[in-house]
Amino acid sequence: MENETKKSQFVGKSSRDVFGKVLVELAEKDQRVVAVTGDLSGSVRMTEFKKRFPNRFFNFGIAEQNMMGASAGLAITGKIPYVSTFAVFASMRAGEQARTDIAYNELPVRICATHSGMSLGVGGATHHSLEDIGIFRNMPGMIVLVPADGVETAAMLRISLALRGPVYIRLGRPKEKTVYEQDFKYIIGKADILQEGKDIAILVCGGLVGHALDAADLLKDNGVDAGVVNVSTIKPIDKETIIKVAESTGAILTVEEHNIINGLGSAVAEIIAEAGIRVRFKRHGILDTFTTSGPYEDLHAYYLLDAEGIAETAQNLIE
Amino acid sequence: MSNEYVKNLERIANEIRRDVIQTARDCADGVHIGGSLSLAEVYAVLFFSAAKLDPNNPKWADRDRIILSKGHGNVGFSAAMAHRGFFPLEELKNYDKLNSMLSMHVDKHRMPGVEISSGSLGHGLPIAVGAALGGKLDQAKWQVYCILGDGEMMEGSNWEALMSGAHYQLDNLTAVIDRNMYSIDGPTEEVMSLEPLADKIRGFGWQLVEVDGNDVEQVLDAFNRVHDTGKPKLILANTIKGKGVSFLEGKTSSHFAHFNPEDADRALAEVKQNG
Repeated sequence: MENETKKSQFVGKSSRDVFGKVLVELAEKDQRVVAVTGDLSGSVRMTEFKKRFPNRFFNFGIAEQNMMGASAGLAITGKIPYVSTFAVFASMRAGEQARTDIAYNELPVRICATHSGMSLGVGGATHHSLEDIGIFRNMPGMIVLVPADGVETAAMLRISLALRGPVYIRLGRPKEKTVYEQDFKYIIGKADILQEGKDIAILVCGGLVGHALDAADLLKDNGVDAGVVNVSTIKPIDKETIIKVAESTGAILTVEEHNIINGLGSAVAEIIAEAGIRVRFKRHGILDTFTTSGPYEDLHAYYLLDAEGIAETAQNLIE
Repeated sequence: MSNEYVKNLERIANEIRRDVIQTARDCADGVHIGGSLSLAEVYAVLFFSAAKLDPNNPKWADRDRIILSKGHGNVGFSAAMAHRGFFPLEELKNYDKLNSMLSMHVDKHRMPGVEISSGSLGHGLPIAVGAALGGKLDQAKWQVYCILGDGEMMEGSNWEALMSGAHYQLDNLTAVIDRNMYSIDGPTEEVMSLEPLADKIRGFGWQLVEVDGNDVEQVLDAFNRVHDTGKPKLILANTIKGKGVSFLEGKTSSHFAHFNPEDADRALAEVKQNG
């Protein structure tokens, strides 16, 4: 009963659904919050916001550069814009505006992009976003967050209001596997060791955290003791935890729904290399290729990012 | 406007030209001279007549917001700001030196009174649209001014911004295009045709005021013109690139130049004669 009452209302909800809900909550709390999109208000779950706060909702149509630039303009007048479109457009079509107008000017714009990774499965490579983490983590001052599920999304959004500078929050499309059941206060830059393991540690972010936990179960059946660490802050990354885990585990496998170049895996590799830690290491994700299209779950299996694929990759690394 | 009022603004425009020429001489690599000389009257009218500003309190909440979209127009922009009292004119002597306040493009981190850093073209008008929306939301009295180059009208983002400015009926927004007819590579109509520019902008739903941008009285009149209800205003300022320096006027090479002392003296003499 006790546990039941503590259960978050966001369990079992997708990160983008939670974004829509918490955005309304933030707007109720703070007059400065405005919502900005480009002809995707339904897809990015701003419908409720638009209904509740029509004056504070701005649709820029299919014109993402203007949408991102205008978000910077709203921010210089003291507003806190939550701007959303698909991750592939936020990071590339409007990437220069995000970098030059927002990051360079240190403006408190919250870029909350949905449909990241391959989550718009049948959309194919034009709509898959496998570069965005790399793009945003290259911008000085940009905080980069990748929530594992709805509950973590809510936690991130709730602390985002008070941030002085810009943040990129990478959201998905369908609901993620549940990782967290209770609301918590998100701490930027703190990786979460979900379970310890001495043979291998899987460092993972986003919707794949749930898959990694399932992979750890599969590995356990094979006698492999696998840990899982949710590295949901890509920047500023939790060096301390990564070093601790790398020093105390037989192997490190990073897993992300992103190109293996310049995403989570690269960030972890940089830390391990600079710390001079000798450990088996592999980046797992999309192997620098344009992806095909298909149902999301099928794509996960195809690119070895489902529980079986992750377990198999982990097994290969330690053998 | 009294004759004296106009004369004073003309004098300021001339001083801006003088400062731009001197910086082109003193700055080792040269400066974006042509597109600052073309804007001297616009800068003078904006900073000394149109915009409500307080140099002693650059973050004054009720100030008008000036966004320089053509960030490379900074040499004349800086001169105008210095004359207005935002920082000492001497800062121009350090133009482009390491970590100096003033350099090729406006930087809000280093220049007091600057709303936003710019330099990449096609960025200012979207930002100005956002700022105007923010002002509307607060029912603020302040206005937003955005200075664009004509070359940057080749950027699609500016047309996105024009669409949204009309859509959101931003009658607290005034944009100025420095129509000096040149981008880096040559005449805009050879590089990428912009004409009929006025018709295009009108067609996007903006109030259009077309003037001789090097005539203070006409520029003043354009800024003072009341917004059509529910429409953003665009001042199409027909200017001469390199205006005031005969051997630069209307030349592609005026875009960016360094002056040796002799050429600088010739240019300064011409400007003095006009003043």
